Formats: sequence, C-alpha cells, structure tokens
Amino acid sequence: MENWSLVSICVLFGLTARWAVSLNSYSGAGKPPMFGDYEAQRHWQEVTYNLPVHEWYFNTTDNNLNYWGLDYPPLTAYHSLLCAHVAKLINPDWVELHASRGHESYGHKLFMRATVLVADLLIYIPAVVLYSFYLSEGSNKKKVCTVLCILLYPGLILIDYGHFQYNSISLGLALWGVVVLGLGWDVLGSLAFVLSLNYKQMELYHSLPFFCYLLGKCFKQGLAGRGLFLLVKIAVTVLVTFALCWLPFLSDPGQILQVVHRLFPVGRGLFEDKVANTWCSLNVLIKIKTILSTDTQLYISLTTTLLAILPSSIKLLMKPTLWQFKLALVNSSLAFFLFSFQVHEKSILLPALPVCLLLNDLPLPAIWFLQASTFSMLPLFLKDGLLVPYVVTSLAFLFFSIYLLSALEHCSEDKLRLGPYRQLYRIGWALFYFSITAMAGLSFMSVALAPPAQLPDLFPLLVSVFSYLHFLGLLLYFNIVQIAEPPQSVRKNQKKSN
Amino acid sequence: MCYLYVEVHSVISIPPRLIHRGQASVYDTGWYIVLCCGVVLLTMTVFSGYFSHSTDFEVHRNWLAITHSLPVSKWYHENTSEWTLDYPPLFAWFEYSLSHVAQHFDKEMLVVQNLLYTSPATILFQRLSVIVTDIVFIYAVKECCRSVREEKGSKDLLGHPFFILAALLLWNFGLLIVDHIHFQYNGFLFGILLLSVARHLQGRHLEGALLFTVLLNLKHIYLYIAPAYGIFLLRSYCFTEDNTDGSVRWSSFSPVRLVALGSIVISVGALSFGPFIAMGQLPQVLSRLFPFKRGLCHAYWAPNVWALYNMVDKALSVLGVRLKLLDVAKLPKASMTGGLVQEFQHSILPSVSPSITLICTLLSIMPAVLSIWCRPRGARGFLRCLVVCALGSFMFGWHVHEKAILMAILPFSILAVESREDAGIFLMLTTTGHYSLFPLLFTAAELPIKVLLMLLFTLYSFTSLKKLFRGSLLNPLETTYLLGLVAVEILCEVVYPLSPWQHTMPFVPLLVTSVYCSLGVCYSFIRLYVSLLRQHGTDKHKQL
Repeated sequence: MENWSLVSICVLFGLTARWAVSLNSYSGAGKPPMFGDYEAQRHWQEVTYNLPVHEWYFNTTDNNLNYWGLDYPPLTAYHSLLCAHVAKLINPDWVELHASRGHESYGHKLFMRATVLVADLLIYIPAVVLYSFYLSEGSNKKKVCTVLCILLYPGLILIDYGHFQYNSISLGLALWGVVVLGLGWDVLGSLAFVLSLNYKQMELYHSLPFFCYLLGKCFKQGLAGRGLFLLVKIAVTVLVTFALCWLPFLSDPGQILQVVHRLFPVGRGLFEDKVANTWCSLNVLIKIKTILSTDTQLYISLTTTLLAILPSSIKLLMKPTLWQFKLALVNSSLAFFLFSFQVHEKSILLPALPVCLLLNDLPLPAIWFLQASTFSMLPLFLKDGLLVPYVVTSLAFLFFSIYLLSALEHCSEDKLRLGPYRQLYRIGWALFYFSITAMAGLSFMSVALAPPAQLPDLFPLLVSVFSYLHFLGLLLYFNIVQIAEPPQSVRKNQKKSN
Repeated sequence: MCYLYVEVHSVISIPPRLIHRGQASVYDTGWYIVLCCGVVLLTMTVFSGYFSHSTDFEVHRNWLAITHSLPVSKWYHENTSEWTLDYPPLFAWFEYSLSHVAQHFDKEMLVVQNLLYTSPATILFQRLSVIVTDIVFIYAVKECCRSVREEKGSKDLLGHPFFILAALLLWNFGLLIVDHIHFQYNGFLFGILLLSVARHLQGRHLEGALLFTVLLNLKHIYLYIAPAYGIFLLRSYCFTEDNTDGSVRWSSFSPVRLVALGSIVISVGALSFGPFIAMGQLPQVLSRLFPFKRGLCHAYWAPNVWALYNMVDKALSVLGVRLKLLDVAKLPKASMTGGLVQEFQHSILPSVSPSITLICTLLSIMPAVLSIWCRPRGARGFLRCLVVCALGSFMFGWHVHEKAILMAILPFSILAVESREDAGIFLMLTTTGHYSLFPLLFTAAELPIKVLLMLLFTLYSFTSLKKLFRGSLLNPLETTYLLGLVAVEILCEVVYPLSPWQHTMPFVPLLVTSVYCSLGVCYSFIRLYVSLLRQHGTDKHKQL
C-alpha cells in the first residue's frame, strides 16, 4: 500500500485511541471546591476572557490567584483566550466571570476534549509524521511503525485526554523544533523552540541541548565568519520571538517580574506528592525536606542538576549531530526531572518525548523507558479514575511497539550501542521482563490491596521509587550511549542492514 | 509476557501446507495476533469510557435475568420488561450460561424487576462478555483466511489476500460499533456463520451444516439465508455427481448423506425446541420469535426498497397537495411525521403487508437459488448465493433492522479479496451499508468515534483492495456517489442541527440518510445479481 494511506491509517488509529480515552473522567471531576487541572484550564479561559491583560497574573478582586491562578507563560494565556472566544460562541455560561467556577457539563467536557484534539491534530501529530519520515532511518514500513508507536505512547494520551492538559502543544512545538533543526533550518527551529518555551516553562528541561546544538553548529562553521552570522541570526530570532510573546507585559517591569514570579514558584519546596525523582526517593531514607532550609535545597538541586547534564552538553557542543542532539535532549531533560527543584510527576513527559524519537534506533531501552514513565504516573491515573484506559493503552503500546519494532530481535549487541559495555545487555534482557512483571504486579497491588494503616502512602511510594530506579539506570545508559558513540563504520553498517 | 506471546504464537499458526515459497512473513502469524489484539484493545479503550447505553444493553441484561431467575417454562411467558425474550431457545441457554458468570460480578443485574439496571460491574461484565465471546469470531476469521484462494502471491505481507481479508473482517466497522458500542453479540453469531462458511469452503460439509443449524437456533434472522444452505447441501452434497453439461444426475443421489444431514438438523432442533414442544409452549415461543405486529419499517428506515417506496409515496402526496389533486384532510395523519412512528401509513401508493414482503423476498432470491441448483459452482457459488439471499431479504424483508446489512457484508468480504469485480461491489456495499449505521450512535461524544472508525475502515478497504487488484475498482459515477456520503454526513450532522427546521422536522436527517444509502445498496444488489447471472451465462456458454 502507499505510504500516505498507511500513515493516515496510523494517524486515524491514534486519533481513535485518543478520543476513546477522552470519553473517560478527567482530573477533579465532581470534586469541589478545588476540582483539578480541567477546572484550571477552564478557569484560565474565564480569566483571560473577562480581565484585561495586565490583570492576568496579578491577584485582584476578580482574579484570586489561590484558585488556579495563571502560572504558565503568555502563550498558554493566549491559547486560553482563543478557546474562551470559541466557548463564548457556543455557550456564554462556560466562561462567565465568577459564576462559571467549577462548571461541569456534558457539553463542556466535549468542548474541552475537542480543543485538545484540535491542538494535537494541528501541532503534535504532523510533527511526529514529519519526524518519522524525514529524520528516522529504515524502510518506509519501519517509518510507518515508528509513527504508530510514537502516537500510541500512553503517557501523553492519558495525561492530555484523561487527566487533562495541553502537553501536545508544548511538546509538539519542541518536536517541530527538532524536526526543523534536523532538516537544517536553524532559525526556524529556534523559533519553534522559543514558542514551546513560551507555552510551558517546563520546556527549559530541553533548552540546554537546543542551545548547545546551535552553538556547537556555529563553532563548527567558525566563529569568525559564517558561524558568527548564524549566531547573530539565531540570537535575533530568539529575542524577537520572546519580545513578541511578551509584548503586552513589556510596558512595565513590575508585570514582567510578576509573571516570572508566577512561573517559578520557588517557595513551594523541593517536591510535592510522590515524584519518581532523586529527592523524593532519598526522602524515604533521609528527611531532606525537614533537615535543610529551602535555600540549601535549591542550591543542592541546582548543583546536582548541572553536574548531571554537563557531560552530555559538552559532548553535544563538541559534536553537534542530530543523533547526539536527540540523546542530549533525553539526558538533559531526564537529569532535570531527577535532580531539579519542584518537579511534578507529569514532567516525565518531557524526557519521554525525545525517548520516543529513539524508538527506532534503540527500541528496547526506549520502550522500557516509556513504559516506566507511564507506570510512574499510576497514582495520578488512579486518582483520576483512569485505571482501565491505563491498563489498555499500556498493553497496546507494549504489544505494538515490541511486535512492530521487533525490539526483541533488534537488541543484538552492537545495536544497543553499548560500545565496550556489552555484557550489560544480557542482564538487560532479563531485567526488562522482570521489570514489566513487577510493574504489572505493583499496579495490581495498588488497585486491589489496602495499604497497612501506618503506611497509607505505601503503594504510591513503591511505585515512585521503583520508577526512579528505572529512570536512574536509563539516565546512565543513555549517557553511556551518548559519550561512547560507536565509530562511524559501525553506524554505516547499520544503515545498510536497515 | 514472553512465554505468553510464544504460546499464543504456536496456538494460532498456519499449517505448513499453506506456507508459500519466499513468504516468510506469512509463516509468522504474529500479524494475525497483532490484528486481533489491536481490535480487542481498541474496543476495550472505547468501552472503558463509555457509559451511555443502548436499548440492546437493557435487552440483554433482561434476558440474563429471565434465564437466571426463572424456570425454563416461564422464559417465553415472562413480560415484566417490554424487551421480552425473542431469540430462539439456544440463545436463551447461552444467556443462561453467561448469567452464571454474571452472578460473580453483580447479583442485582439478575433480578427481573431491576429494569434499566446499570451498575459499573454490570457494564464491565456485559462488555467483557462480548469481547470474550468474540473469540469464536477470531477463530472463524482465521479459518476463512486459510480457505482464501490465492493467485500470484505478493511478497508483501500487507498486500496479501490473507492479511487483507483478516483485517476487513476483524476490523469491520459495522461489527465494531454494533457489538462494542451499541451492544449485541453479533461477533459470536457471525463467528459461527463464518466458521460454517469456511467449513464448506474446506469441503467439510457436515460440520458446516451442523454449525449453521446451531446458528439458526441461536438467532432466527439467519433463516433468510437458509435457502442457500438448503439448496446447496441438497444439490452439491446429497447428489454426488453431475452430468457432463453440469446438470444434476438424478441417479447419483445418496440417501445416506441426506439422512446424515437430516439427523443433524433434527437433533439440534430437538435439543433447542424439544423442551418447549414437550411443555406445549411451541405456539407461544413462535409468537415471540415472529412478531408481525411491528411495522413495515423499523423506527429508523433501513436503507432498502421500502425506504425508497415510502419516500416516493411521501413525495407523491406532497406533490398532490401542491397541485391540489389531493385533499389534505383525507391524508393519513401520521404521514408527515413518519420516520419517528412505527406504523407508516402510505397515502398514495398501496400499503404493504407482511405477505407481500415475503413474496418479494422469495422472488428476489429465487433466481440465485435456482442458479446454484442448475449450475452448482462449488462452495464459492454457494457463498455468492448466500450473500444474495442475505441482501435480498434485507432489500425486501418486513421490519428490517439496519444492522442486518452485516449479514451480507461479512460473508461478502471473502469473495471481495478473490475477484476484482466483487471487490468493486464490496466497496460500494460496505461504504453505504456502514454509513447507514451512523444513526445508531447519535450522541455528540460518539460522533468522532464513529467518523474515525469509519474512515479507518473505509480507507483501509479502498487502498488495500486497490493494491491487491492493481488499479481503480470504481467508476467515476460510483466514486461521486460515495463522496456524496461525506456531503450527506456534513449536512445531516453539522448543518441541519443548526438550522431552524431541526425543531419542526427533526426526522429529515434520518430520512435523507436512509434514502441516500438505499440507492447505493440497491445498486450493489443489482450489480451483485448481474455478476451472478453473468457467471451463470458464461458457464452455460462454455458447456455448449
């Protein structure tokens, strides 16, 4: 069959799965007074529609910041405004100031779900298709399989269409950045990334690799001649894009400071809830949160994060290729997730995006990581009543990706790109099955068993520590792959065999 | 996980005789598992968030309750719910066995008085029961794929008739929405039908006959295709030889075979209806099975001849009133809000009675049945005749449901991957037939699901069949007609609800859908007939 029809079938399949998940419950459904992320997004529509721009980020009588105050960058606010205009056309009650708080109805849910679908269809899905067709290796059939597997990644589907968020926009824009950079249009790539950064500040996790890649490219062209010109072009693009996004707030420094303050709430502590990162896991042994002051926590997390991303960034700076770039994106965002300050469990989607891009090159580790990342959000899914979609989409993803990418045959020694660390791979095999079984077991226990009275958080904690071990191990692995890149000849052979 | 995978692998593997040179991909039946699991997982995702229920959901819950809590003698007398048991006894026993599993989910659903009972456990059980009984369908599809005739095998797995047939059957849009979203056990029933067809294709006629008899005792709508079975078995199984010109050699009649067939039919029938005959309830059971009280057309008109007939009648009456040939006061009152009422009274054209529809149906299938009597063309000729019977009864039957179109579409899939002409007819029939199922799902949340699934299936069937037969299968007129469906969909589901007529004449979209679709179904029926008769003609020609 022709490629276009296969791709359309994959996209339709992905869309069907997405809409099917979206028929489920969302976060905070029927839980007054605070509800959940769904209400937050609706509330932002209400605020941006009814209040003037300069009040959006300020606490006023009409804008109670303690009730889901806007804490995302301006592009999110503009997007909310756009949605609010559409909502107003359909039903003015949905965005009525004050009166619409906690509004829940069948029609409104449909509307909100539809906005996610539209955004996904316009931004994320085209980027996935373009990436698979232009930047991944292998036959056409393999590319189609890559599209399907990336589109079926359960974490993103469940968070966007179940829990309710617009990650497909920020991640999609970042992916557009990768695709466009991969095609060689550096200026457009930086533009796309700046837009994504202005949609969600968490995209900072990806910023260092973008920076190093572009800088490395400038170095390569010679900082005296064409490199400098490129650098200036990129710098101007970034500044202008930023300025345009922040235009309404530029008139007053107080505005800018307030927005920045809203975006980076330092006062909220090292971590909240149960997150599968270092601090939360360490907290089991040492109560860091109580021993150290907030400032010390901040410095410690900053130092460890920087140390963790240093090797991959330096390597990327020295060798700005697409392969290095993808790995650096994984390493940087994963390091941020594991070591930085105030991390949410949903932030695992940020490393998950570049890992999706590795599905074709390193199937087994990528599938393993993606499954672990979905699993790490299990407590959240249970809270939102998304158990069945979690089970079904995870099974579907594992099944399709393992079969289609033939991950199991594929992990011959040199394809794992371990270089000198080959003996690791035999252990990796056994571990994969062990860990999938353990995840299934832990999921089952979280659902079916009541935790002991003195340890009410036992299962969420087990889930997060168990996922943490995966993330840490895979961070090491991806770093090794990036640093010990196989010599050129091996990679060429591989291209042939593919 | 790995072991499970390997195990499933070895269970569903194609026997060595079907492995062809250089086609490593066909050995590996992993693709079949992927197709099955894909569809199962998809349906599970769909139902997980799906909490609105069709009437059929309550119908089957009620039957579970009746069979579980009442003695057999009351099954066909019970009428607490308006959805009385109106399937044959074997299906009642099927519900009875399901109810034993159901009691472990939620006992309350098994109480006859709990009308419209929908606890989460009930929903889970009901949905899971459909998915689990679909195993029969999955097995049957595999058997059908094994019997597909193959011409020049293409190297590409995706372009292989096996694969295409499996995908067309397993991912059939109509079956997905009717079973897993609307709610019925069609997968299970069609599984038995397809298995019986596959057995005939494989030459295992007694097994095929047994399966079909069981099927008839599960759901009597399959009586419509019984003529094809009856004549085929009599002609091609009971008569063992033909004359040289292909006509029947009377001397080759084998009474042993007839007795074998007869004893199968009678024993299954006795098992199913015997207890009720013994209790003297046969008339009661039959009155439940054949309720002729209902109207000519279902609440929503299935796209058949009668939809066109009603339409013409309505058009004539409107025209008559406009031209002052008719008196408005004399017209039957309900005629202008028809489509929502069960009884449709014709104002100009003569009304149609059940016996007329029966005669029309019989007349429409007669040539096909005669043709397999005079010139049997093996199991494939039988299959074609079966499709004609199913479609003929759909076109002319009394109180036909739109879902009945699946009875023609599913068996026809097998023919579609074998011949170019059939593939063209198949595309016309499935696309219009599937589109006509759209009104089954009418809520806004279901709209994207049905559109996406329909696009998925239609796109796949078009591109894969086009690739298989290397070239376009439809002429420009047919293509235009099918594209017209898109316009109808936009008009009916987007534009019309926004217009002021939505409140005064809410039935118009349904009417437009069924009339437009019935054109396509009629056209496919005629083409199918032409292909059948032409084959008959060429066969005769060859003989001469």
